[in-house]
Amino acid sequence: MKIGIPKEIHAGEKRVATTPEAAEKIIKLGFSIAIESGAGLAADIPDQAYKEVGVKVISTAKALWKQSDLIIKVRAPELQEVDLMSKEGHLISFIWPAQNDELMQKLAAKNATVLGMDSVPRMSRAQKMDALSSMANIAGYRAIVEAAQHFGRFFTGQITAAGKIPPAKVLVIGAGVAGLAAIGAAKGMGAIVRAFDTRPEVKEQIESMDAEFLMLDFKEEGSGSGGYAKTMSPEFIAAEMALFAKQAREVDIIITTALIPGKPAPKLITAEMVQSMRAGSVIVDLAAEQGGNCALTEKDQVVVKNGVTIIGYTNLPSRLANQSSQLYATNIRHLITELCPAKDGVLNVNMADEVIRGATVINAGKITWPPPAPTLSAAPAKKPDNIKMTGGHKKTTENSTLKQLLPIILGGIALFSIGSVAPTSFMSHFTVFVLACFIGYQVIWNVSASLHTPLMSVTNAISGIIVIGALVQISSPGITISLLAGFAILIASINIAGGFLVTRRMLEMFRK
Amino acid sequence: MSQGLVTMSYIAATILFILSLGGLSNQETARRGNYFGMAGMAIAIIATVFSDSVNSYVILIMALLIGGFIGTKAALKVEMTQMPELVAIMHSLVGMAAVLVGYANFMDASLTLTGVEKTIHEVEIYIGILIGAVTFSGSVIAFGKLSGRIDGKPLTLPGRHLFNLGLLIMAIWLGKVFLGQAETGGGTFPLLVMTLIAFAFGVHMVMAIGGADMPVVVSMLNSYSGWAAAATGFMLSNDLLIVTGALVGSSGAILSYIMCRAMNRHFLSVIAGGFGTGANGPAAEVTGDVIAISADETAKLLLDSKNIMIIPGYGMAVAQAQHTVNEITKLLRSQGKTVRFGIHPVAGRMPGHMNVLLAEAKVPYDIVFEMDEVNEDFPKVDVSIVIGANDIVNPSALDDPNSPIAGMPVLECWKGETTIVLKRSMASGYAGVGNPLFVLENTRMLFGDADKTLQEVLKALKM
Repeated sequence: MKIGIPKEIHAGEKRVATTPEAAEKIIKLGFSIAIESGAGLAADIPDQAYKEVGVKVISTAKALWKQSDLIIKVRAPELQEVDLMSKEGHLISFIWPAQNDELMQKLAAKNATVLGMDSVPRMSRAQKMDALSSMANIAGYRAIVEAAQHFGRFFTGQITAAGKIPPAKVLVIGAGVAGLAAIGAAKGMGAIVRAFDTRPEVKEQIESMDAEFLMLDFKEEGSGSGGYAKTMSPEFIAAEMALFAKQAREVDIIITTALIPGKPAPKLITAEMVQSMRAGSVIVDLAAEQGGNCALTEKDQVVVKNGVTIIGYTNLPSRLANQSSQLYATNIRHLITELCPAKDGVLNVNMADEVIRGATVINAGKITWPPPAPTLSAAPAKKPDNIKMTGGHKKTTENSTLKQLLPIILGGIALFSIGSVAPTSFMSHFTVFVLACFIGYQVIWNVSASLHTPLMSVTNAISGIIVIGALVQISSPGITISLLAGFAILIASINIAGGFLVTRRMLEMFRK
Repeated sequence: MSQGLVTMSYIAATILFILSLGGLSNQETARRGNYFGMAGMAIAIIATVFSDSVNSYVILIMALLIGGFIGTKAALKVEMTQMPELVAIMHSLVGMAAVLVGYANFMDASLTLTGVEKTIHEVEIYIGILIGAVTFSGSVIAFGKLSGRIDGKPLTLPGRHLFNLGLLIMAIWLGKVFLGQAETGGGTFPLLVMTLIAFAFGVHMVMAIGGADMPVVVSMLNSYSGWAAAATGFMLSNDLLIVTGALVGSSGAILSYIMCRAMNRHFLSVIAGGFGTGANGPAAEVTGDVIAISADETAKLLLDSKNIMIIPGYGMAVAQAQHTVNEITKLLRSQGKTVRFGIHPVAGRMPGHMNVLLAEAKVPYDIVFEMDEVNEDFPKVDVSIVIGANDIVNPSALDDPNSPIAGMPVLECWKGETTIVLKRSMASGYAGVGNPLFVLENTRMLFGDADKTLQEVLKALKM
């Protein structure tokens, strides 16, 4: 199958759908790849780099579209591009089917099969193909870089000879992939970072990045399906807005990333809030494409209102074109690997596969979007109540009390029966024996675990005390006894000398 | 020397022994404790030698000197990796000495006891020889297994529990016969047969126990050697022997208990031998691909991390890699990284084995931690390096109830950022259990001889 990579024609788009590294691996799956001349230039990838891995370079877009069975793009195709597409062709790119009805109809009329990178379901198996996440990550990072560019101060606090520099305060609204990337980048530059999200389960993620999670004293779950947020109740929004109004007066930089799938972005930062911010503050609105979270955002523009810079760029990933092309190409490569399990260079759009089903928006001219709801949510399941467990626990304690008592009772009976028959001379020795066991028990528990080997060798040496037994026997009449005792002395003294010396040697090694 | 003085010396020796064991509670006082032990032993021997009952000095001094010479030589020559073998063979000597003393005492006709006292004395002889003989043969086999002279795999004879039970019943029956014959001055024959049975029991018991259970066996034999000394003390009516024997015996018993707890197994099931017979269902199969890593990449990973945990196992001892580990540790620490060691109680073949090896390589002991001290820190660890360990880092011990090692506390290294496992090949650990750790996404396998690969890592780190 022939794959074609056209140059992106959308204004300001610098990314390219495939890098040479990804192309090399796709070719190994049995595909052949052609690229429009200059497609990678804006992302700093010359045609030559593609040629080196066996990609054909075609000079015009028209020829490329015509000869390709599968077109891979970043942006959704423009309508005039669809005209170039061959009938029953295949296309993989961002599509945004909800917003691009006309495009969908036109593609369906071509009997095309289209997979939308924005429609890949959010499941752990599909993470490696999740271009939305990989692009959002870049956008979040870039948002902080853009903010720093327009912010007139340091991010990190310093105390210098020329005076104290307070750290910048950054508020991140929406802690999705982009929000978390922004938190990380701002933290890395030394700012104080606060973050807000309607989904309580992200609190831990925010705190794990060392940022402060702004709690809203209001009980409402904001988690929708597929790891996205949902629209909240009016009461909740009022409380939320009050929180933002308060924060706006305090922070220097606001990064907004709040999106609700299939709906215009919620307006979170009002004109009054912008007015209340200090002059020189910066707002980066990552939702600009969907209308913006800030009332004053202008799409693709940087505007200054009341001394507050509001950045509405929609092409933030494009502003790190090389990096984002690499990640996007890797997502694409993983998707193609899924689509071509036989590695024979033929696409197999298997609608039984949940990931492929979700990504496929048009299958051979039939619109299959939206897909049935995904079965897995990114949110962890609620923990079951553990009332039962406490009951079980009680039982085991009772059991263990009995277990603890049993040896004591048995020991008591044994001692009693010995005492009833044994003579006094034995009993005095026995007393010494039992007491010594207890002393040993108390002393040994204090021994540090790292010294267990020296403990063994020193007890070994001490148990050589059996030499005393041999010593008192050696003078008994009879040569056999003397020889037996003599040999016992010999081996016991091996023990004594060896045990103590090796312990000394070991203990000498334990140094700080 | 009068009997009173001898007794006083014995009391002094007893106190010194207790102080000696007490001193081992931490590294600073441990050296002093060892000297207390030496002093106690010297006092006890000198007092006995100069007591009224001893007069054959020639054999005595010759035996002391020869024994002392051999012991000194062995102590100075032994490699730290061979410590378990040394400890095991020394246990066997105590056992043998107890047997010899028991026989000597049995043949000693100068004792004139009557009635119950005579019977009790004979029981003491019988039990002393029994424990001594089991200690002796068991320790010899343990020595053979630890030094590789005998195959480390558990030998599981069919009906081995019945066999053990038979031996026990035989020993009790022979005891009865012995007491009956000793009444009239005989009894040598049943005593000899019992000794042979005890030897056989010791051999069979340790043969049935495999390599990784050795810490339990070694500490159990340690305990037995103490009980043998205590039994000899009863036989000779000597309180010093009784006290010392009891101290050593309870020390070994506690160590065995600690080791068993560290493996979440019952003492009896370890002693009865045969691993994994108690599992109630098939253990989950481990499937997935391992991700290999090269020495260079390992070095890069280490250089990029701040918090490093090293988990040594028996494989480190086998490969003698502790010195290279120390070099790497020093290098990483000099770059301001936190390097710590996490030691599982049963890592190695003897309680505290890993600590001694690391101490030998001059790893400072304040960065060497017990499992319980570090297990909660793993989420903050960037890289864990597992050197020649397997079962002690096996996640299925916690989450697979059918695993033969289910319930055993393990070092939870998989909770860290990355785990690097150094391993010779993909063979499973002693327990014969697959280890899902190896196929986890954040685990990298570094195959090869531990020392050689670590040398390469060290070289790459220095570049």
